[in-house]
Amino acid sequence: MVKFTLNGATLSVDDDPEMPLLWAIRETAGLTGTKFGCGIGECGACTVHIDGAPTRSCQMPVELAAGKAVVTIEGLSGRAAKAVQAAWRQLDVVQCGYCQSGQIMSAVALLSHTPEPSDRDIDTAMNGNLCRCATYNRIRAAIHTAAKMMEG
Amino acid sequence: MAGLLPNPTRRAVLKGAATASLGLVVGFSWGGLSREAKSTAEARPFLANAFVRIAPDDTVTVISKHTEMGQGVYTGVATILADELDADWSRVRIETAPVDLKLYINSALRMQGTGGSLSMTASWDQLRKAGATARAMLVAAAAADWGVPANEVTVAAGVVHHARSGKTARFGALAAIAAALPVPTDVALKDPKDFALIGQPHLARLDSTDKTDGTAKFTIDVTLPGMLTALVAHAPRFGATVKSFDDSAAKAVPGVVGVVQLPTGVAVVARGFWAAKKGRDALKVTWDDGKAETRGSPEMMAAYRAAAAQPGLSAKRIGDSDSAIARAAKHLSANFEFPYLAHAPMEPLDCVVRLTKTDCEIWSGTQMQSGDQKHVAALTGLDPEYVRINTLYAGGGFGRRGPFDSDYTMEAASIARAMGADGTPIKLIWTREDDIRGGKYRPMYYHAVEAGLDADGGLIAWRHRVVGQSIMKGTPFDSGTAIDGSSIDGLTDLPYAIPNLTVELHTTESAITVNPMRSVGLTHTTFAIETFIDELAHAAGKDPYAFRRALLAKQPTWLAVLDLAAEKAEWSRKAPKGSGRGIAISKFISTIVAQVADVTVGADGKITVDRVVCAVDCGIAINPDIVRAQMEGGVGFGLGAAMHGAITLKNGMVEQSNFHDYHVLRLVGMPKVEVHILPSSEPPKGVGEPGVPPIGPAVANAVFAATGKRIRTLPLMSSTSA
Ligand code: FES
Ligand code: FES
Repeated sequence: MVKFTLNGATLSVDDDPEMPLLWAIRETAGLTGTKFGCGIGECGACTVHIDGAPTRSCQMPVELAAGKAVVTIEGLSGRAAKAVQAAWRQLDVVQCGYCQSGQIMSAVALLSHTPEPSDRDIDTAMNGNLCRCATYNRIRAAIHTAAKMMEG
Repeated sequence: MAGLLPNPTRRAVLKGAATASLGLVVGFSWGGLSREAKSTAEARPFLANAFVRIAPDDTVTVISKHTEMGQGVYTGVATILADELDADWSRVRIETAPVDLKLYINSALRMQGTGGSLSMTASWDQLRKAGATARAMLVAAAAADWGVPANEVTVAAGVVHHARSGKTARFGALAAIAAALPVPTDVALKDPKDFALIGQPHLARLDSTDKTDGTAKFTIDVTLPGMLTALVAHAPRFGATVKSFDDSAAKAVPGVVGVVQLPTGVAVVARGFWAAKKGRDALKVTWDDGKAETRGSPEMMAAYRAAAAQPGLSAKRIGDSDSAIARAAKHLSANFEFPYLAHAPMEPLDCVVRLTKTDCEIWSGTQMQSGDQKHVAALTGLDPEYVRINTLYAGGGFGRRGPFDSDYTMEAASIARAMGADGTPIKLIWTREDDIRGGKYRPMYYHAVEAGLDADGGLIAWRHRVVGQSIMKGTPFDSGTAIDGSSIDGLTDLPYAIPNLTVELHTTESAITVNPMRSVGLTHTTFAIETFIDELAHAAGKDPYAFRRALLAKQPTWLAVLDLAAEKAEWSRKAPKGSGRGIAISKFISTIVAQVADVTVGADGKITVDRVVCAVDCGIAINPDIVRAQMEGGVGFGLGAAMHGAITLKNGMVEQSNFHDYHVLRLVGMPKVEVHILPSSEPPKGVGEPGVPPIGPAVANAVFAATGKRIRTLPLMSSTSA
C-alpha cells in the first residue's frame, strides 16, 4: 500500500508498486486531466508537480511517490497557476488541447520559481512538452503574458 | 452517465425537440407539420434535424456534426449559427450530434464525418439558415405575445426588442412560445456587412476553458462502471497474421481478465492500463509472415526508382512534353524521395465500446461517424441505428482519426464481441509504440521530374512521374479508375502556365497500410513542384518570386496570395549573410496559401527556421484568430514533418517506435509565424490543412538560397547533418 497526498487529499494505492504514478492518478483516483502521451518521458503530457517540481508521472513508479505531495491540473492553485490559465485563455492557446494540461503544469512550475522568464528559460522549461498541434508560439507568448499578469 | 458526456444521445435531442419546457429546437424538416405532430415528436426521427436548442435560462446550444480536433470547428459552427440568430455569445454552448446520416451528413464528404478542411464550406448555408430560422421564430413569438407587428421587432445579442411599445425579452422567455409556432421555410439571411460575430478579430474559442483546467473529456478519459482496458499485440510486420500464441504468463498477471484473438492480433483485457500492458508484455505470439511485407524502405525505394524510369499511367497530358523537352534550350531533371510518415496525434488512438446482443454504444473522438457505425453494424450484425456513437474531443486527428476501414474502432468492437458482448465497456488504448508502428501512414513516394526552358528562360515543358501506394483505392473516395487523384493532387491542376505538361502515375502495392494525412497528396507534390520551380527560376536566371509571378499571370487569385506573402516578408530585401529566404505556394481544395521562410544554416548543416510569413485566402474568415492559429499549427506540423519526419522499415519492420526516434517539432524548432489574411467576401474555405504544404518547399528553397545546396530527399535534416 502506497500513500501520498494528491491535490491535498490522501490517496492510498494498493496496486503494483511499479505501476507508473500516472495510472494511479488517472485510474485509481479518477483524475483524468493528466494525460498519457508516450509513456517514456518524451512528451510531457503526463506532467504533475511533486513537492512543487514538474515531474513526468509516466516515469515515476507509484511507490516512489510515497509520502510526497502530488498536484495535478485539477489541484492547481496560487498566483502563477491563475495567471497561466488566464493567459492561456486570453491568447486562445489551445487547439486539440490534449497536451495542454502538461504544458500548463510545466509553465506554472517555471513561473513559480522564475517569475520573469527569458525566452531561453522558456526553451529549457518547455522543450520537453510536445504539442502536435504546434501551439508553441502561443505557449511562449502566454507565459510572457502570465509573467506580466503576476507583476500587476 | 449523461452528465459525463459532452454530447447528447439522439433521444436527448429528440426530447429537446418535443418538450416545450426545454425550449426551442430548430431544424429543417418541420415544414407543414401541425402543432400536434410536433408535440408527439419524440417518436418521429424527422424532428431530430436540429442544430440549435434554446433553453428557458437563455442558453443557446448549438449541435455540431463536425468533430473538434483542435481546428476550432466547434467555435466556427457556433459562430455562424449564433450570428444569424443574433445570440448573446456568452450564452452559447456546443454539443456534438449523434450519428445520423440523414440528418447530419457532411454534404462535401457524402458521409457523416469531418475532413478535407470542408466543414465551414459545407455547413455555411445550413448553419446560417438554422440560426436565421430560430431567430424568425423568436421574433414571431414576441410579436404574437406582445401583439405587435413582427417587422417592428429587432434582435441583438440575445435580446428581443420592440421599440414602440418598449417591450423587451431575453431568448429564454420566448423559447416555449416559439417552439409551438410553425417553422418558416424561407428566411432571409443577413447581409454580410451586418455580421456581428463572424469576422470578429478575437472571439474566444468555446473550448479554451475546459482545455485549460483538465475537465475537457477525450476518449481516453471516458470512465464507465465495470470498464476494462484492452491492449493489443499487433504483428511486427504488415500483413502478418497470428499463427499461435501462449497466454499463460499473460493470464498470470494480476488484473488480467481475458486474452482474445482478433483479426488484427491478440488482445489482453485487464482492469486498468498497467495490468493490460504487463499482460501484453508477457504474451508470446508467433506470427505467420506468409503474406507480410518483408522489404525494407531502401529496397522499396529502389523498386520505385526503377519504376520511375518507365512511363506510368497518364493522368494529364497537355501538348507534347517529351519533344518539347528534347528541343529545349535548357533541360533540368530532379528526383525526390519521400518517406512514410506517421500522424502521431498527441492522444494515442483509443476507443470505448459497450456491446450487448441488442445494441452497441461507442465513445470516440472519431472523424468518421457514419463509416464507424456502418462497419461496427456489419461486424456485430446489429442494425446501424442500434450502433450509437458519442463523439468526444479528438486529441489531434490529422487524418488518423478517420481511417476508411475504422481500424481501431473495429478492433475495440471485436474485443467486446470476443469477450462475450455482455455489456462490459471495453476501452482500447494503443500505446505510442502501437501508433508509430501501426501503419496507416502517409505513403512513401518517389518523384521523377523533368522540364525544359526556352532560350529566354521561359518554361515550355514539364514531365512529372509519381511512384507510390494509393491512399484512396478501395475507400469511399475511390474514383473507380486506375488513377488515384490524391497521389498526384496539385499536379494535374498546376496553376503555372506551361504549354506542355505530362503527369504520370505508377501505383505500387504493399501490405503496409496507408491513410490520408493533413493536406494529403500535397504533403509531397507541393514539395516537388515548388522546389523544382525554384530550380527552374535559378536556371533561367530569374528571381524565384518573379518567375512564379510570370507563370501565374492568368491566375489572379494565386497572384494575390503570392504577392501578399512576398510584400509582407519584404522579399525584395536581401536576407542577411548566412541566411536564406525561400517562397512557396499551394492550393488545398480551394484555399490558397503562400509562405516565405527565412532560415539560417549552421556550419554543421543545422537548419534553423527563423521566421515564416504566411498569406492565406480562405474566403470570409469566420474567426480570424482561429485562421491564424491553423496557419501557425499547419506551419509547425509541416515543418516538423519536413525537417525530421521519417518512418523507415528494415526487413518489413518499422525502425521507429516513439517520440525519441520518430522526431516531431518541439518548441525550440518553432519559427516566428506571421499570418496575413486576404480580405474576402467569398463564402468560407477551409483552413485546417492548407497551411501545411508550402512550408517544406519554402524552407528547402531558403536552404538553397543560403547554401547553394538542393535537398530532394526528405526529411531535410537527415540530408544535411547527422
Ligand atoms: S506520457 Fe509521460 S512524458 Fe509522455
Ligand atoms: S493542443 Fe493539440 S497537442 Fe497541443
